[in-house]
Amino acid sequence: MPEWIAACAVDDIDLEDVIPFQHDGVDYAIYRSPQDEFFATAGYCTHERMALCDGLVMDGIIECPKHNGRFDYTTGKAAGAPVLVDLRTFPVTIEDGTVYIGIE
Amino acid sequence: MSAVPGMVVVGGGECGARAAFALREAGWSGPLTLVGAEAEPPYERPPLSKSMMTRSHASAPATICDTGMLRSAGIDFIAGTTATDIDRDNHEIVLDHGHRIAYRRLLVATGATARRLPLPGAAADGVRYLRSHNDALALWARLWPGARIGVIGGGFIGLELAASATVRGCAVTVVELAPQLMSRGATAQIASAVAARHEQAGVDVRCGTGVVRMDRRDEAMLLELTTGETLVCDTVVAGIGAMPETALAQKAGLAVDNGVRVDTRLTTSDPDVFAAGDCCSWPHPLYGGRRIRLESWRNAQDQGSAAARNMLGADEPFTTVPWFWSDQYDLTLHIAGLPDAATTEVVRRRPDGVEIRFGLGADGRLLTASAIGTGNTTAQDIRLAEMLIARRATPHPTTLADPTAGLKALLKQGPH
Repeated sequence: MPEWIAACAVDDIDLEDVIPFQHDGVDYAIYRSPQDEFFATAGYCTHERMALCDGLVMDGIIECPKHNGRFDYTTGKAAGAPVLVDLRTFPVTIEDGTVYIGIE
Repeated sequence: MSAVPGMVVVGGGECGARAAFALREAGWSGPLTLVGAEAEPPYERPPLSKSMMTRSHASAPATICDTGMLRSAGIDFIAGTTATDIDRDNHEIVLDHGHRIAYRRLLVATGATARRLPLPGAAADGVRYLRSHNDALALWARLWPGARIGVIGGGFIGLELAASATVRGCAVTVVELAPQLMSRGATAQIASAVAARHEQAGVDVRCGTGVVRMDRRDEAMLLELTTGETLVCDTVVAGIGAMPETALAQKAGLAVDNGVRVDTRLTTSDPDVFAAGDCCSWPHPLYGGRRIRLESWRNAQDQGSAAARNMLGADEPFTTVPWFWSDQYDLTLHIAGLPDAATTEVVRRRPDGVEIRFGLGADGRLLTASAIGTGNTTAQDIRLAEMLIARRATPHPTTLADPTAGLKALLKQGPH
């Protein structure tokens, strides 16, 4: 069972945007889609260690700010060169305006 | 050598490696050969002047793909080998050890070499350059604390090296002939911000200064400057641009024009021979068909992929917006489009102090955007600007200047 960690308030993230979140020294990226759904992935690109929270969220994709590595942030799937390794994803749940992510 | 003619890529850098994999991704299942001049499997060049140079230990190159990945993609990788000839009549390339490889389509991705400094003096052969991992290793070993490093050329490579050497504790002097740094690639405001950051870090930045001659005194190099001064250095490195590697194409009679001349489909004057990356020049449709040649990581990748698809008949014009970055200290500079194409500048001053500089054409089209900031804080805006440039958008200058008007919203308004 994952441990549910309060990451941020729903309103902390704009629609179609990403913010960073840190827990226990580990970095995560939390996303809010244009359809107002929330997602969470590992905080760093799998290509080189770049923080994804500086990247662009558009059309279901988070793009690494450094080398434009692209991932589907809803599934973590790598979407083309230079990234070859998928992004780890984490379950998200919303309760009373708070975003919780599930960490194993 | 190979009986069935397949796809052959000459050049084992970013572009060639990307092209080889893209050929497989686009469905090519026949023979596929990648010929690389260096001994290593394809590796990334951007870290050579940056993260690799600042590390406290000598490091192996950051590989793009290892031999296992090449093998599992069915790419026959021939390392440490140069192609010496293209026998276009017989559709074969000739390798330096005499072997021939038949091709159905050939990609020339031979890259560029560091421009040599024509410098008189007893120690002129002691100037170092940076292009390969071996160059980087040799230079890395010279960056001991207190080492006096003379950098000739205040362009991107020279400045990245100056920053890295400073981080390693060296005493660095940058000598640039032009009155400002990065005069080929950046706006004056960004150039002065970069100069200020270097000076703050202790670099002696000398613009408008040339080198007259170079001599050796014991272990030291003496650089005689146009100002009459003599600079004493332990190591001298020149970053004064790169020359497209066109010898192979030229020998084969292919058209050359500031690089191997290709059309928008990246085809050379021979329809079965393509060229991509640092070695080629092509007419850019977004800039009125102006023939340009780029030396950048992203362009090498994108052109490699596009050439691969066109080698298989995709007939796809290459229209990607030029995009470039440079890391110096904690700063990252991003440039999209061609800075010298713009006639009007619009500045957006963000609340965090970052300035995004947009350049518009006479017709109001967005042609370029650039910014410098800490880490990747400018990446998003420049990426969005790049997409606006690709769309030939004509955003209103007032909107561009307004930091509360999101560029993403502008992009989503669609074509104007």
